[in-house]
Amino acid sequence: MRVNGAEEKLDVEPWVSLADLLRDRLGLTGVKKGCDQGACGACTVLADGTRINSCLALAVQYDGKEITTIEGVAPHPLQEAFVRHDGLQCGYCTPGQICSAIGMLAEHAASGADPAALDEAEIRERMSGNLCRCGAYNGIVDAIKDVTR
Amino acid sequence: MKPFAYLKPADVDEAVLAVAADPGARFLGGGTNLVDLMREGIERPATVVDLTALPLDEVHDLPGGGLRVGALVRNSALAADRRVAARYPMLAQAILAGASAQLRNMATVGGNLLQRTRCPYFYDRESACNKREPGAGCDAIGGFNRSHAVLGGSGSCIATHPSDMCVALAALDAVVEVRSVRGVRRIPIAEFHLPPGDTPHVETALAADELITAVELPPVPVAVRSRYRKVRDRASYAFALVSVAAALEVRDGVVTDVRLALGGVATTPWRAREAERLLLGGPANEEAYRRAAEAELAPAAVRPGNAFKTGLVRATVAATLRDLDLGEEIG
Repeated sequence: MRVNGAEEKLDVEPWVSLADLLRDRLGLTGVKKGCDQGACGACTVLADGTRINSCLALAVQYDGKEITTIEGVAPHPLQEAFVRHDGLQCGYCTPGQICSAIGMLAEHAASGADPAALDEAEIRERMSGNLCRCGAYNGIVDAIKDVTR
Repeated sequence: MKPFAYLKPADVDEAVLAVAADPGARFLGGGTNLVDLMREGIERPATVVDLTALPLDEVHDLPGGGLRVGALVRNSALAADRRVAARYPMLAQAILAGASAQLRNMATVGGNLLQRTRCPYFYDRESACNKREPGAGCDAIGGFNRSHAVLGGSGSCIATHPSDMCVALAALDAVVEVRSVRGVRRIPIAEFHLPPGDTPHVETALAADELITAVELPPVPVAVRSRYRKVRDRASYAFALVSVAAALEVRDGVVTDVRLALGGVATTPWRAREAERLLLGGPANEEAYRRAAEAELAPAAVRPGNAFKTGLVRATVAATLRDLDLGEEIG
């Protein structure tokens, strides 16, 4: 697979998750393992540009795909916006939030809609797969809104 | 996770043969449910047959206005399909009401049909569960059963079917096409999911070696005016306490066509046929909607934890139908 633009040839057991492969084999620890059951979104990465939960993805299913983690998107305007709007406290969910927001904005654009039309309620709904236990949701929504304006 | 052999067939024949030859094999779609269950040790396949290379990921028009949905179409792709939004809005809304965007991007249509219950006793290997271990008993029946079914349960199991998508499919009379080495079979959605009875571990009419290849949606003109309404503990990303898929046609204050199905309250996606029967030809008003819901709930068996669901069904059915008949007046 290609990971953050680099070709990686990896021999992996079929039961290894994409999250574990990225973290343990490639050292991409920006991929966070929060719940390991698809409930928190901290492990969100992009596969061919589409946001997925890497904890529920068997790495072998993503053979040949282009994977992008937070390490591969930096520097990104969303990162600056998260800092500017206090879109985090502890920061553990932030890499997943930002990868998810990138995927979300791409999904929204693919529907043909104007990004400036994204209001708070729609951002919250579209981002509901990413939990923030510090409760920095207001800042997260403001940061996302900021990059669409 | 228990180690397993992994196969990734390139065509349907190869996939079907692989599972026919190996009773310990399981098909894998997007992985959002099966991988989780394997990690918890609830599913322990010897072989996993990955379906994601099969050419079953397209939506095609059928003569007469129906749609044929490949089993590997991702949930997000089906919800975004403009034909679905135009012809079956309840289906697009149901899919978007389920899970999160990340999960919908991974999950397949075939996999959604085979989702297993989220009953906490099923997931907890220390608890008694007839679905996980036939004959072990059911800790949910006398336990914490707030999320459990009031319709379709048995003395063996009251686990709720978790899917939103399947509730809309039930209302739309979808047909599930399956393939095995014996050939092709078409199973009406009403016969696809099985009530628990004495065998709650047998959840569908699928044989172990049968592969879902497609879901066919027949033309349903009334579904152009349809809604999916879901009530849950938080505004998004939670399973339903109660959900309603409804389509309604009203002429001169009289119900001339209706489809109604319930989620979150039954052991299978629940087509509310008794309610439909009462509504059809009757007045389109709040009282009739509530009475129809009440009639559908006549066989309900409630427990202290889930008794609130009957009132919630009445209110949600009425609210969903009211939305649709108000839309009718506005035109």
